[in-house]
Amino acid sequence: MLGLDKKDYTLLLIVAGLTMLAPFILNPFPEGSGLAQFNAGYPDLMQRFVIFGIFAIGFNILFGLTGYLSFGHAAFLGVGSYAAIWMMKLLTTNVIPAMVMAVIIAGLFALIVGYVSLRRSGIYFSILTLAFAQMSFAMAYSVLTPLTGGETGLQLKIADARILDGALEAGEQARANLFGLNMSSSYEMSVGSWLFTFNTGYYIAALVMLASFYLAIRIFRSPFGLMLRAVKSNQNRLNYTGLNPRPYTLAAFVISGMYAGLAGGLMVAMDTQVGPERMFWTASGEVVLMTILGGAGTLIGPVLGAGLIKYMENILSKINKDILHQWFAFLPDGLEDFIITLVYPFIGKGWHLTLGIIFMMVVIFLPGGLVEGGQRIAKLFKGKDADEDGAQTKPAE
Amino acid sequence: MGILEVKNVGKRFGGLQALNNVELSVKENSCHAIIGPNGAGKSTLLNVFVGKLIPDTGSVMFDGQSVLGRTPYEINQMGISRVFQTPEIFGDLSVMENMMIPVFAKRDGSFRMHAVQGMMGDKDIVEKAETMLEEMGLAEKRGMQASSMSRGDKRRLEIAMCLSQDPRLLLLDEPTAGMARADTNNTIDLLKQIKEERDITIAIIEHDMHVVFSLADRITVLAQGTPLVEDHPENIKGHPKVREAYLGETAD
Repeated sequence: MLGLDKKDYTLLLIVAGLTMLAPFILNPFPEGSGLAQFNAGYPDLMQRFVIFGIFAIGFNILFGLTGYLSFGHAAFLGVGSYAAIWMMKLLTTNVIPAMVMAVIIAGLFALIVGYVSLRRSGIYFSILTLAFAQMSFAMAYSVLTPLTGGETGLQLKIADARILDGALEAGEQARANLFGLNMSSSYEMSVGSWLFTFNTGYYIAALVMLASFYLAIRIFRSPFGLMLRAVKSNQNRLNYTGLNPRPYTLAAFVISGMYAGLAGGLMVAMDTQVGPERMFWTASGEVVLMTILGGAGTLIGPVLGAGLIKYMENILSKINKDILHQWFAFLPDGLEDFIITLVYPFIGKGWHLTLGIIFMMVVIFLPGGLVEGGQRIAKLFKGKDADEDGAQTKPAE
Repeated sequence: MGILEVKNVGKRFGGLQALNNVELSVKENSCHAIIGPNGAGKSTLLNVFVGKLIPDTGSVMFDGQSVLGRTPYEINQMGISRVFQTPEIFGDLSVMENMMIPVFAKRDGSFRMHAVQGMMGDKDIVEKAETMLEEMGLAEKRGMQASSMSRGDKRRLEIAMCLSQDPRLLLLDEPTAGMARADTNNTIDLLKQIKEERDITIAIIEHDMHVVFSLADRITVLAQGTPLVEDHPENIKGHPKVREAYLGETAD
């Protein structure tokens, strides 16, 4: 189906199902209940899930397949964002031209960066990409202020040209839209005490992610994908087989740069503002973490990694001391305080600590990332299925 | 005129004259062995043939065209394939995928961007790769990860990958180094079979005299970067200069 074999098609369907039903899946707890703060089904966060999903899928095409670790992919995300917002300022607030331009400009920028950086491999390649990204950040912050808005960044303004759009009515604001469909419009559905939000922007971003994911599967299974894996496995043999690795790695670099640009464009489409901090090196590092956490070189891994990190960043970081006191109120006073003292460093602003520990555990015990974890669990079940109930989780010894 | 003509090749690494005035002619459809003691410059010479090293002096012509200044992948496309001392294969990939890469390379050249079609959907490529695996007795292992195979099978796969490109010249760099006797004999049989069944020129660098004398039609003895003699195997065995330089201890 769609040119995919059965396994890949199933995977695509699962991802499609998850993204389309995300407003339900991510809101399992009723409003007002103590656990409601674990709900992630609000538009802003859901959009971030899919946008960073795209970013990580693209990064994985470079890192997962060829093994070249870029430490500057946030630069392409940033360049894509700037390109998108300029399209919205100058041309139209419709998101299509903005996204197309984001992909094109990021692709061109990736071509330049990749052409230079890919002359080296290993750590030198990583450092070159990092240098490019930090240069981009510094320039966006300072000398390129007329183009980037410097420290304050760029927003849509009433006075923008928007040559394709009609003049705004008095009091109206310029909003990102898809042929008049407002990105920030939402439909809310309440079932009992549950509240589900269906946001236009999220669904558009989710469809774009599905398309990106589908394209990534096709690339993984293509002869081109085979050559990229060959680059990672043995460049020497590739050379002596009559293949020049450089065009392959450069193509992979540009493709992943375009994915990053697309993600940057979508960020602007969802929230019409850009700042240079989007290109900072921590943002480049984050996508590396996402990919490794989920499973580099696997199809679904980067999406999972992106989801996990964004969930922790937005949910775990919101838990504060008061909430902890509510949770542990049933304990005797002294014990309550003791437990809270223990837990506190890992939540709220300390969520990075939790992320760091999870990351270390994954790298040490599950080098294949969350995907490997999933495979191991699946294997455990399959092995037991023959003589036992599949629902049993603990192996009987 | 041989298919590979080496004239006056010299290469110096710092104070070491690795190759000095090397003259060599490999006849088409023959098996030419290059032997010599450690440090004689055999591997350096091979690296010159495949474009890894550029000599300071001299010329290397393959089928009337110079190979000097060309990259390894360009030289491969001219029709020279190389088998390494330790098998160089794509260890992370399956045996079948290993086999498909050279077949793609042969058909599509050094770079082609087919990123959307499925690689298993390409009937010609799959068929050719499968035939080759069958011929080399690797068909049953097609789904295996290449790095998990035995040393002998890795060597077999590497040779299969080279042969699938129908090279005119096959370069073998100590193909039986570090192999057990049984594996060595298997490899000799395989190479003999290749020699008989295909229109192919083989140039082999080897330490093991047993291998050299079972395969070679012609032998060049290299010592200290210079060819001492070039002759038929039977003449080499008894040659006094060769005995002195190299065979002295090993010949009985």
